[in-house]
Amino acid sequence: MMRKVFARGSGWLGATVLGAVLLVQPAAAQSDNPARVLNVVAPWEVASLDPAQHGHAFLRLEVAQTLLEVDGAGRPLPSLAASWTVSDDRLSWRFVPREGVVFHDGTPLTAEAVAASLRHARAKAGVLKEAPIRSIKAEGGAVLLKLTEPFAPIGAVLAHSSAIILAPASYREDGTVTAVIGTGPYRVERLEPPQKLVTTRSDRYWGPAPAVEAVSYLAAGRGETRALMAESGDADLVFTLDPASLRRMRSSRAVQVQSIPLPRTVAIKVNAGHPFLKDEPARRALSLAIDRAGIAAALLRAPEAAAGQLFPPSLPDWHHPGLAPLVQDRAKAEALLADLGWSRGEDGILRRDGVPFRLSLRTFPDRPELPLLAAALQDQLRAVGIALDVAIGNSSEIPAGHRDGTLELGLMARGFALIPDPLGTLVQDYGVQDYGVRDGRQGGDWGAMNWNEPRMAEALAELLRNPDQARGAELRRTVAALLQDELPVIPVAWYQQTAAVSRQLRNVSLDPFERSYRISAMGWAE
Amino acid sequence: MTARPILKTLGHRLFQALLVGLAVGTLTFLLARLLPGDMAFRVAAGRYGYDNVTGSAADAVRLELGLDQPALMALGAWLWDLAQFDLGRSLISGEPVIAAIRHQLGHSADLAGSAILLSLLIGPPLGILAGLRPGGVLDRALLPFAAGLRALPQFVLGVLLIVLFAVGLGLLPAAGYGTMEHRLLPAITLALGLAAVSSRVARDATLAVTASPYYAFARTKGLPEGSAFLRHGLRNIGVPVTAYLGVQLVYLIEGVVVVESLFAWPGIGHALVHAIFARDVPMIQGTALVMALGFVLLNALVDLACFGIDPRRRKA
Repeated sequence: MMRKVFARGSGWLGATVLGAVLLVQPAAAQSDNPARVLNVVAPWEVASLDPAQHGHAFLRLEVAQTLLEVDGAGRPLPSLAASWTVSDDRLSWRFVPREGVVFHDGTPLTAEAVAASLRHARAKAGVLKEAPIRSIKAEGGAVLLKLTEPFAPIGAVLAHSSAIILAPASYREDGTVTAVIGTGPYRVERLEPPQKLVTTRSDRYWGPAPAVEAVSYLAAGRGETRALMAESGDADLVFTLDPASLRRMRSSRAVQVQSIPLPRTVAIKVNAGHPFLKDEPARRALSLAIDRAGIAAALLRAPEAAAGQLFPPSLPDWHHPGLAPLVQDRAKAEALLADLGWSRGEDGILRRDGVPFRLSLRTFPDRPELPLLAAALQDQLRAVGIALDVAIGNSSEIPAGHRDGTLELGLMARGFALIPDPLGTLVQDYGVQDYGVRDGRQGGDWGAMNWNEPRMAEALAELLRNPDQARGAELRRTVAALLQDELPVIPVAWYQQTAAVSRQLRNVSLDPFERSYRISAMGWAE
Repeated sequence: MTARPILKTLGHRLFQALLVGLAVGTLTFLLARLLPGDMAFRVAAGRYGYDNVTGSAADAVRLELGLDQPALMALGAWLWDLAQFDLGRSLISGEPVIAAIRHQLGHSADLAGSAILLSLLIGPPLGILAGLRPGGVLDRALLPFAAGLRALPQFVLGVLLIVLFAVGLGLLPAAGYGTMEHRLLPAITLALGLAAVSSRVARDATLAVTASPYYAFARTKGLPEGSAFLRHGLRNIGVPVTAYLGVQLVYLIEGVVVVESLFAWPGIGHALVHAIFARDVPMIQGTALVMALGFVLLNALVDLACFGIDPRRRKA
């Protein structure tokens, strides 16, 4: 009896050992596919096929394409539309689809397919829904898009990742995307949400065939992980490096680091209706208390990132070199605050009529440097007598606080090229919302709050009507100057995109608009 | 005859599973709804990301999901679906919850199973060897080593292993998933922490067994050292080590969240954290439910294993 049970026991032990041996044995299954796979690692997950949510992944990996592309300055270029015309009243746009283009399933790109794809996109939340579009339909072999009012950035809206053009077979009847069947040089081989997307070269692509045959994309949330994957050679192309790894990798032999300024700025969104912040000198004092150079050098490890104004130099049309840069001047900040009736209490915090100068600052950890910057700002404002309560939560706390009026300060990272023409974003952030939402108030979820400046609203409205070049440049300078003088948001730092690139890859370049990884242009070094 | 206590235990676990399922599903629903913050805004942020979450996106979400409806209706609908073995669809991706769980729980279970297996190969054998010679070199070395490993956060241990085996030696991939090699580093990271404790449990059990009267009797009746250990020692040591596995599952779940995120490994911990951030209530409910039922199942298996090892339990 005893012996029998023991025999069973040793069988179990044996199974454990056998299992462990099997576990440790390397797999031999991966050798069927001889194509060299380019491994891309980035922080952005691909949780679904929905272009409204994750169109950026399919656009960047060149699976899907948009009707229009943009040049380096964000101006529209032909892509799936070979050409386009605009009516004199600027309300009717006609796009002619490129001939000879087929989707990955072999069906041809027709005006009907394009119009249907855009109508699906417009039915979901996103930039197409917000744009003043009356109708989108196919007519005489072209796509006819009608607007309710002139809207200059419409070309950039059509270049947005949520407006990628997919084959009719991609959609269910209710508009849900069940497969991403695009027109790009790569087609989806396998998607394992939320982390992995594998693509291979499509033999139906209408342009020149790319040299890289297969791509595997992995979303890795931690910066340390991404950096280590680059250093170990597991990844050939790694996006968004944390400042600490960046320094180490600049001296690595296996990888080279590339960086490019992005049209994105870290800024403090200010509730200009708050009793402490409604006066321009109060906002100016906050701005003067901030040590941007110190933040850029010590926290971001990129001294050129100190934001002297809202628009970075990477937006040449909007960056205004004539503006005096925002700098730190603590004495001046203290003087401005004293003029507004604030004086230091015993604890070093400013008081006015017995009320302490205490504000809450909301921010979110999706961009890992934001909480760090919030801590630095807390310290720097404390030095001039302003107490900050930092609340790190969900990114939606900022628009929710904008809506219900409870937001005091919000630290955000605002991209100006979400659609490649910054005007679209600026109208949302600083214009009068008389399209889409139609509540008639100035400002937006990620821009000004309770700040009413008719000159700003007028300048943006005129820009939307597509003025001539000289007038447009003048209006853009007005916008930049108003933002600098009034500080409805307080700029802190400009962003840099950084990438670690394997030395075995050639022709690597970064896209300032983050629309493409440009893999189809790359090749392997022999 | 001997099957009755086993069936009784299994019946008890089944009843427990039912109760746990109902309680976990309802509680997670209530807690998710009670969390501060506007749910429509959270879902919009989860879907469209921080660049595109706006008041109008939140309004669209509110309308689409009927978030103005009373919460009890949503709970009722979820329970009704559950009765038909349907966990619903994710509010974020729109995909069936069960599909996401299958993919992610599968990878988590894979990683956790590998970790337990490795830990069993490392921990108990070392513990038994140490326990057989208390105060010996191995015993004295094992204590600080085990304490150090257990005290080291898994994140740090994982990074050290990556730096050594992936960046330094180039033997194993640093992170990612898909092949056997990818599994090794995360599994070892988890296994070392588990082995640190199970080696101590095995060492103490060995000490207790070898000091027991029945063990002394086995040796005085003339059994060689090896036979005495195999016949009378090993099985008695096996009971506490196996029972302790059940306790280690908690440590494993906690560790899996950290290790998955460090090694970019798709998993249930990662999925649950994201679902909570985005207020993806059906996903939270489904994940918590499956994890809770998994706990009950694994505890039932540990019970069965203990029955198998210890004949006294079968008679009780």
